[in-house]
Amino acid sequence: MSLPWIFRMAYRDSRRNRSRLLLFMGSITAGIAALVAIYSFGYDLQRNVDDQAASLIGADLQLATNHKPGKAGQEFLDSLQKTANRSEEEQFGSMALFTRTGDTRFTQIRALHGAYPYYGDLETTPAGAAPKFQTDHAALVEKSLMIQYHAHVGDSVQVGNRRFRIAGSLDNYPGGNGFSATMAPVVMIPLDDMASTGLEQVGSRTRYLYYFQLHTDADALVKASQPTLEQTGLDATTISDKKESTGRIFADLSRFMSLVAFLALLLGCIGVASAIQIYIREKTATIAVMRCLGVTIRQSFQVYLIQVAGIGLLGAMLGALAGIGIQQLLPRVLKDVLPLTIHTALSWAAIGQGLALGLVMALVFGLLPLLSIRRITPLYTLRSSYESGPRVRDPWRWLVYGLVLLFVAGFTFIQLRELGPTLSFTVGLIVAFGLLTLVARLLMTVLKRVTRTSWSFAVRQGFANLYRPNNQTLILVVSIGLSTALVCSLLFIQQVIVHQLVLSSSKSQANMILFDIQARQQASLDSLIRAQGLPIVEKVPIVTVRFTSVNGDAYPDNPHLQHAFGEELRVTYRDHLTNTETVTAGRWTGQAAAVPAVSFDDRWAKNLGLQLGDTVVFNVQGAPVKCIIGSLRKVEWNRMQTNFRVVFPTGVLEQAPQFHVVLTRTPSAAVAARAREAIVRRFPTVSVIDLSLILSVLDELLDKINYVISFMAAFSMVTGLIVLIASVRNSKYQRIQESVLLRTLGAGRRLVFSINALEYFFLGLLSGLTGILLALAASWLQARFLFKLTFAIGYWQPLALLGLVCLLTMGIGLFNSRGVLNRSTLEVLRNEV
Amino acid sequence: MTSILEVRKLRKTYRSAGKTLTVLEDINFSFDAGSTNAIIGPSGSGKTTLLGICAGLDRPTSGDVILAGEHLNVRSEDELAAIRNRSVGFIFQNFQLMPSLTALENVMVPLELRKERDARPRSMELLDRVGLADRSHHYPVQLSGGEQQRVALARAFSNQPSILFADEPTGNLDAETSERVVQLLFGLNKEIGTTLVLVTHNPDLAAQTQRTIRIKGGQLV
Repeated sequence: MSLPWIFRMAYRDSRRNRSRLLLFMGSITAGIAALVAIYSFGYDLQRNVDDQAASLIGADLQLATNHKPGKAGQEFLDSLQKTANRSEEEQFGSMALFTRTGDTRFTQIRALHGAYPYYGDLETTPAGAAPKFQTDHAALVEKSLMIQYHAHVGDSVQVGNRRFRIAGSLDNYPGGNGFSATMAPVVMIPLDDMASTGLEQVGSRTRYLYYFQLHTDADALVKASQPTLEQTGLDATTISDKKESTGRIFADLSRFMSLVAFLALLLGCIGVASAIQIYIREKTATIAVMRCLGVTIRQSFQVYLIQVAGIGLLGAMLGALAGIGIQQLLPRVLKDVLPLTIHTALSWAAIGQGLALGLVMALVFGLLPLLSIRRITPLYTLRSSYESGPRVRDPWRWLVYGLVLLFVAGFTFIQLRELGPTLSFTVGLIVAFGLLTLVARLLMTVLKRVTRTSWSFAVRQGFANLYRPNNQTLILVVSIGLSTALVCSLLFIQQVIVHQLVLSSSKSQANMILFDIQARQQASLDSLIRAQGLPIVEKVPIVTVRFTSVNGDAYPDNPHLQHAFGEELRVTYRDHLTNTETVTAGRWTGQAAAVPAVSFDDRWAKNLGLQLGDTVVFNVQGAPVKCIIGSLRKVEWNRMQTNFRVVFPTGVLEQAPQFHVVLTRTPSAAVAARAREAIVRRFPTVSVIDLSLILSVLDELLDKINYVISFMAAFSMVTGLIVLIASVRNSKYQRIQESVLLRTLGAGRRLVFSINALEYFFLGLLSGLTGILLALAASWLQARFLFKLTFAIGYWQPLALLGLVCLLTMGIGLFNSRGVLNRSTLEVLRNEV
Repeated sequence: MTSILEVRKLRKTYRSAGKTLTVLEDINFSFDAGSTNAIIGPSGSGKTTLLGICAGLDRPTSGDVILAGEHLNVRSEDELAAIRNRSVGFIFQNFQLMPSLTALENVMVPLELRKERDARPRSMELLDRVGLADRSHHYPVQLSGGEQQRVALARAFSNQPSILFADEPTGNLDAETSERVVQLLFGLNKEIGTTLVLVTHNPDLAAQTQRTIRIKGGQLV
């Protein structure tokens, strides 16, 4: 028999059911739309990063270091300046005080000198403030900060000891985005005025940056200057470095997003599989007749395989179209995490990938229900009890299961490119689907057993519809449950993290940290804190040291240790351990012996390859201090309190240049704000961070991340809803017959309506509840084992979500089965539905 | 006369609830080519099962069925499908038209399966013969029961089968429509020379055939 006939038959056979197939297509459409949008966006990102990399860094070459360059470094910088334009910057965290309102905020101070940026702009309001702020000795303040503290252009902002007039709000700058604005909003001041701020003192964590506009190849220059760069401790970043690192970050982002979109697609595919199963069941008579007329099993299989492929392709095409639309929305959704402006463009590669994926997924997931065609015997034409054919399970199903697994794992691997995470994702997915299926089956069994004849007719029938033949319970519990689980997990994890912060503050008795306190400021600051009615919970001295040698070796092989040798290390000294520290090896001694015994964080020591008894020489502000590792400690880093990798005993560092940190506890946000203002007004160089600020920053950050993830989860929700509509419409034909029979036997329209409403309400309730339970389990596991946090969540949000899922399911269910009530009984009894 | 269908020592059993249920036992008969035959018997006597096995839709537990010279027992599913397409026509009590295909397309299917080039004009001719030329583009749902059975009749004869099996062909029709369908059935049988095998409850219909075999409790009586 010819292939054209099979195609013709597939076309003819689909004709009368096309409206039903439209919904099956919809199940694929949402997922493909999400994927095409994200793939296209991925290409957009790649192209835009390539185009805008120069404006991300703002110069051809950036050299950076954590300590002021020495003589060699300065000479190298000067030698570069001979053939290039140069700008300088000092970057550090400090308090900003808005003098008109008295508001204070820990900010990122960027003290600039020169014409930076050479590429891209410092975008300001009013425009033109950027070129003049240095000569006018004024400041540019990040827009979010201006809005938050109701600051206006012309107001003053105090940084350290110096007041600056706000020349403009900083709307955009190279590398800036919503995240950086939330974490550490920027205040730009002229570098020439740095000295007058009084912030260039011991303890300030300053980063020194030098920007060059070159007339030569920056990468070649960096390569040629490598030895000098290493010797002077200058880190070089060129446009191509930035391109690579930014590209890598956003490739990861779009991979993550495509995995979330893939979930939507998978849900859709399950919807398709379920829909095809019902479709084939309805086609049993047709297939049996075809078999009677001489069509072979293989040919009837091909007829429906072609239909499924057609549905998949059409669904994917619709999805691709929708995806192109969504692609235009993504830059707006992601604007807070992107450091560049995205210009979108049509990507044929993304569209091709989406179409291919839609087709393949429809075929793979359609195969399982299509296998049942093999069991349809032509005897069905004589007697419908032969419908299901022989009761043996088809061995080909194992091949189909294998294909499904291969595609899921294959797609995941293409996104992640790593075997471990691919395996985890695939296994996680199987477990989630398995659990949902198990729960759905369990629910059906339980419902069957608990339904009592004493219950009202409507409730009994509503319940019975959930486990009777042709029910949609399994597919809906899986699809709605998974979408609910996804949204709920995000909600729970956010709550757990925020709760942990609040908890950590109550445990450590401190919720405000003051740092960068000079020795001479200590006494008067103490009295100021006490005058505010606040206790001094803890006072911690901090000394900056560097590694000189370990066991006599100044050039260790361990790369982590090598890196540590290049870094400044902040240590403290005391005669006791705090309640966040536990000695795991050796013995803690609070008083220094001839060779002081210091204590190392055990995980860090392990990472550096250091052991108990190792001899370490530290450079303490120029003076060598020989120590021995006397103990290793387990440190609970997730507390709101100061913790250190290395703790010295008393009697060693007392005379070294040092600064202090003070921890206090404020009873309320208002008291905290008042105290912050008083401290910053009197001690402008002291920085203050309080819990309310951390909480608000964290909340804002999590909100931004949540917004992006929720946007992606919405596709799963939409797919879930389409699957719901498709399933309801599928079962509608059976429901119509049943309802009409009920009406024929004397049931009122109200009773039939109640039965349907209850069925969908129960379905929503079960699906939502299953999803929430799954989310509870998943987020508990994550909290317990991944984040190692106490699991504590609020209940009204999941309950509200449950209510919404119930109402939505019931609403859609009733809307789509409205024909049940309106259909003429005679029409149905004539078997012409 | 040559035999078109020969059944020898036919036995059919099913396993049900752990027990073996014998539906047909020691059935032997043969039908001549071009003859008209009826299988009658009460409900549950096994006549539909017998029809299914004779038409190659089901397999016997033991015994032989030779249809149009083909030994059905040794044929694969696909070979049976090819035999059905080549030699067998069917009429069903509930018509069994494909709902997604128009009347004309339903009639065309057996011819298209045989790659006949003139499937469309021949099918139209057959529809005209059963008085439905003007309803050729209607879907089954748009036709009455009698009309649907006439389309089924046109489809059954479209491939000019050697043998036609009809399972209660008038079971779902009123007396007047039944009469018309029966006339067509016998008329086409004469015209094309197809052997007719009718399974029926209706003694009047059975009486119109040349030969009647009776079945009761799975055995010929």
